[in-house]
Amino acid sequence: MRNIATIAHKELRSYFVSPIAYVVVGFFAILFGYFFVANLSVMVRFSMQAGMFGMGGQSININEFMIRPLLSNTAIVLLFFLPFLTARAYAEEKKSGTIELLLTSPLSDLEIILGKFLGVLALFALMLVVTGAHMGILFWYGEPELGPMLSGYLGLLLMGASFISVGLLVSSATRNQVVAGVITFALLLLFWVLSWMADSVGPTSQAVLSYLSILEHFDDFSKGVIDTKHVTYYVSFIALGLFLTAKAVDTERWRG
Amino acid sequence: MIEVQHVTKRYGPTVAVDDVSFRVERGQILGFLGPNGAGKTTTMRVLTGYMPPTDGRAIIAGYDVFEEPVKAKRQTGYLPESPPLYPDMTVREYLTFVARINGIAAGDRHARVDTAMRRTSVADVADRHCGKLSKGYRQRVGLAQAILHNPGVLILDEPTAGLDPKQIIETRELIKELAGDHTIILSTHILPEVSQTCERVVIINKGRVVAEDTPDNLTGRLHGSATIHLQVDTGGADPTAALLQVPGVTGVSLGEVGSDGRGVDVHSAEGADVRRDVAGAVVSQGWGLLEIRRARLSLEEIFLQLTTTEEEEEAAETGEALPEIETGDPGATAAAGPNGPPGP
Ligand SMILES: Nc1ncnc2c1ncn2[C@@H]1O[C@H](COP(=O)(O)OP(=O)(O)OP(=O)(O)O)[C@@H](O)[C@H]1O
Ligand SMILES: [Mg+2]
Repeated sequence: MRNIATIAHKELRSYFVSPIAYVVVGFFAILFGYFFVANLSVMVRFSMQAGMFGMGGQSININEFMIRPLLSNTAIVLLFFLPFLTARAYAEEKKSGTIELLLTSPLSDLEIILGKFLGVLALFALMLVVTGAHMGILFWYGEPELGPMLSGYLGLLLMGASFISVGLLVSSATRNQVVAGVITFALLLLFWVLSWMADSVGPTSQAVLSYLSILEHFDDFSKGVIDTKHVTYYVSFIALGLFLTAKAVDTERWRG
Repeated sequence: MIEVQHVTKRYGPTVAVDDVSFRVERGQILGFLGPNGAGKTTTMRVLTGYMPPTDGRAIIAGYDVFEEPVKAKRQTGYLPESPPLYPDMTVREYLTFVARINGIAAGDRHARVDTAMRRTSVADVADRHCGKLSKGYRQRVGLAQAILHNPGVLILDEPTAGLDPKQIIETRELIKELAGDHTIILSTHILPEVSQTCERVVIINKGRVVAEDTPDNLTGRLHGSATIHLQVDTGGADPTAALLQVPGVTGVSLGEVGSDGRGVDVHSAEGADVRRDVAGAVVSQGWGLLEIRRARLSLEEIFLQLTTTEEEEEAAETGEALPEIETGDPGATAAAGPNGPPGP
């Protein structure tokens, strides 16, 4: 456990001594801010129209109009950002030769993998915290429900962790960060759009495809529903990703 | 303490290490010698658990490196060929990280890091980033990293590569000092380094062990007969006849004439020390004796001898043409020249 924390700390630290953390968190915050303002203006216009047509008595549901679309937008932004964070995880260690230090130290492969996973996850969690500040504004001026927002965040966290496990797997198989980033992004995109094909295939394949699609499982969380089916999906996805990473590290070791 | 049993390692079709076996007893220093591409780094990577062998076993302190990796690795300090430093950590941060992953308790870390830095003389760059160190300092921080947790076994891949002459000597001293309670394997291209620091030598060529012995036996065996080297100013005369007159001299071969006089190799029967008589003969001829020393075989010459005999035999057996002979890296040996031992 202490070993995992040591690696996680080293990973997290390395993002902050390089510009990576500042660039990624900074631009993520800018984008999120933009989405926030855009959604807000849509909501304001809508509520003014509603007021004009005499429906002013009903207040607008902030959860439906602000929080849910914001979280969905965030999910898409993560698809673009997280591959940049995971790309270096193994690729850089291989390139600089420090992998030789880690693999010959008395750490197990699993400890190294979990440490790296938690290190990236911590930075990702920080990105979510940044979005929390904006959400705070909504609670200051309005009265949204807390429950659906929290379940939405849980969904984001699980989905992001799944992205990270894919990123680690890809990074462990190459020494080139650009290659790792591009392949991770392509794979995530593929998982994302799997459900699009679901409509044009038979019913069985449809069920399988939409079950596999990362996006489908996120929807319920953003609606405020925590379904064990979806939690199980993400947790198994993460576990499989980390397991395959362990296999890949071992295979690399055999190949030399 | 260290045991390599019939280790073979293939990279795809390339056989990098071919059925290599040797052992190192507790407290010994073993020199691992070989030209570029001989398989030294590969063997060391197998020993440290970085990669599994295609065949065979590696055992450190009684633990099979691939069956009980964590236990074996806890006993091992490893300096890879290129020091595995994190460029954005300072030297102190880096060594503290290494202390952590080696399970050194928080209370001990500071003292251990300080000791390791002092022993490898890197304390003056403690707060510099690893990425901004010069090659020699990188090498020394790599060494500090290897000895930090006081492991029973040290595996050092070219520990003196890139160091300045003073540091080479200090590093060799450090290695000898460590040998007391550590078992050490070090790889090198430099023969004098081996004769100065190591108790045993394994010479490896093209993945196979071609010789294993003490440095003295090895050079002795390879000499066959003793040779001394002279630089003489004969004013143009041929010194061969005069030198052959000296009792004990069995042969004379002339070298080049340079600004430093003429180089001459004088061969004698083994055991006979003809230096006194040869010097006398030169002086009595009225020639200038500019230099006299016992000729030492360089690694290249040893290789030439070892690989030539091997390959001639092979060629004779199979009837093939003699393949080209691979020699060591002359640059490395030349660079080490000034630190090599003067002739006794
Ligand atoms: N990762 C690898 N993939 C494929 N072949 C490799 C790999 N590493 C080493 N080799 C090959 O294995 C052989 C032995 O290499 P190794 O690095 O062990 O030699 P070495 O004795 O350490 O040489 P040097 O003195 O140059 O450091 C060489 O022919 C090399 O090309
Ligand atoms: Mg090497």
